[in-house]
Amino acid sequence: MTEVTDKPSGEQNPIVQNLRKWDERAIAEVVEFRGELTLVIPREHLQRAAEYLQAEPGLRFEFLSDVSAVDRFPIEPRFELNYHLLSIPLRQTVRLRVWVSGNDPVVPTVVPVWPTANWHEREIFDLFGIQFEGHPDLHRILMPDDWEGYPLRKDYPVEGFRT
Amino acid sequence: MTTVETAAGPAQTMVLNMGPQHPSTHGVLRVVLELDGETVIKARPEIGYLHTGIEKSCEALTYSQAITLTDRIDYLAPLSNNLGYCLAVEKLLGLEIPKRAQYIRVLLTEMTRLNSHLVWLGTHAMDLGATSVMLYCFREREEILKLFEMVSGQRMMTSYFRIGGLALEPPPGWLDRVRWIVEMLPARIDEYEALLTRNRIWLMRTQGIGVISAADAIALGVSGPSLRAAGVAYDVRKFFPYSSYEEFDFDVPTRTESDCYARYMVRVAEMRESLKIVRQAMGKIPAEGPIKANAPGIVPPEREKMKTEMEALIYHFKIFTEGFSPPPGEVYQRVESPRGESGYFVVSDGSPKPYRVKVRAPSFVNLQALPKLSEGGLVADMIACIGTIDIVLGEVDR
Repeated sequence: MTEVTDKPSGEQNPIVQNLRKWDERAIAEVVEFRGELTLVIPREHLQRAAEYLQAEPGLRFEFLSDVSAVDRFPIEPRFELNYHLLSIPLRQTVRLRVWVSGNDPVVPTVVPVWPTANWHEREIFDLFGIQFEGHPDLHRILMPDDWEGYPLRKDYPVEGFRT
Repeated sequence: MTTVETAAGPAQTMVLNMGPQHPSTHGVLRVVLELDGETVIKARPEIGYLHTGIEKSCEALTYSQAITLTDRIDYLAPLSNNLGYCLAVEKLLGLEIPKRAQYIRVLLTEMTRLNSHLVWLGTHAMDLGATSVMLYCFREREEILKLFEMVSGQRMMTSYFRIGGLALEPPPGWLDRVRWIVEMLPARIDEYEALLTRNRIWLMRTQGIGVISAADAIALGVSGPSLRAAGVAYDVRKFFPYSSYEEFDFDVPTRTESDCYARYMVRVAEMRESLKIVRQAMGKIPAEGPIKANAPGIVPPEREKMKTEMEALIYHFKIFTEGFSPPPGEVYQRVESPRGESGYFVVSDGSPKPYRVKVRAPSFVNLQALPKLSEGGLVADMIACIGTIDIVLGEVDR
């Protein structure tokens, strides 16, 4: 690692410092906006980081509030996954972000860590077409099973496709 | 279909479709049940029948126009959803809301909670055979809806909270109506409790039914009264106060049994707490003062100014033709809706339309716990379990 002198204020956050101490490579970037902390996690570290964040006594992010995807079409990597975590005992929150390429929209599942992710990931698969590797039951949830296309993608028109 | 071992030897299970047209599924929920006689072996909720693509529609509207869609997400608590969305956009913009508007917001969202819990209690009791409770609850709920109509002009799809404050000044005498409701309701809640709390049939139908452990509830993301009935005192109003909730004195009722009865007791206690907050808010709301933030270009100017000032006219034209553009970024705003943690994730790309609006619907997440609540129980208790999660299908499917 090269020496960075002017680290952003997010680096001082105890959550960031704890993760940095655990694995320097786990966080690719720290973003702070309107007082909300976002940690950009490389895709290959997501599952390990999730396990650590959930179980580590100093973090205890046992509650996964939400998983949401954003389509940044036509920028590549195209998709952004946001995991909103909450620690009830320590009253703290954090957002994890994973960038996913449009050519290879596959992400490891976090269902083993937070069972609530099951439906969230199904919803994202349904509306964005992102695959979750290792998901126990990945199929459409809101749209009909035989639906074609992924409605929340930016290249899908609001009115739908006329056939 | 699978074969199971019973006392009388091996037997075939039966697959039963419950819903989507079933009076006790509170809308269009379908549950595929696998039964061994009367026992539920597997329950698989099937959702999506009410999916209307609200999140996609939001991306085609300006920030202000999208408020009307948030009403329709959870039609029993429109103001809670208005508030969550408005707070998220205000956070993006960095807007400061006048105290008077904040207190009115608190008062009305607590009224919404009462409204929602009354509908829940009425329909849940009716599902379990206590029809009269439904009539009483809806009678009182009507009074709250009349208050909403008085304030916003609409009984249900209020859209009363706007970005930067409130849509319009509440009419004179509205607080008298609030006072009347606050004085009337405690005795009525006592009446519901007299009908149910020690009713032997009610106890048999709810006690020990649909139990979920606190650890399971957290793992499944359950929030709101269902989580508090498992002994976890997580309430967004206390944990991450918004709209000046930190200035109010109220308790977070919890129980530890985590069965249908505990969830009933928590909700009834919450109704009393909401009344406490409403009473405090009535005392706090100043008689006069601004109800909109001072943010030209975002909050529409007053009618009078529009007719006399050139600048106000230009702002008005710009707000309603192209809208306003928050800085690029994203925020996640949680609020405590009657059903649990309701979250709004709003992404801005610097244009006048939201780039993405994601709604964390508490009903959607809580419904995931249904198999945990009902599997191993009787098919008749399925009704109690669905009712006790308090789902609104509009919110589940969005």
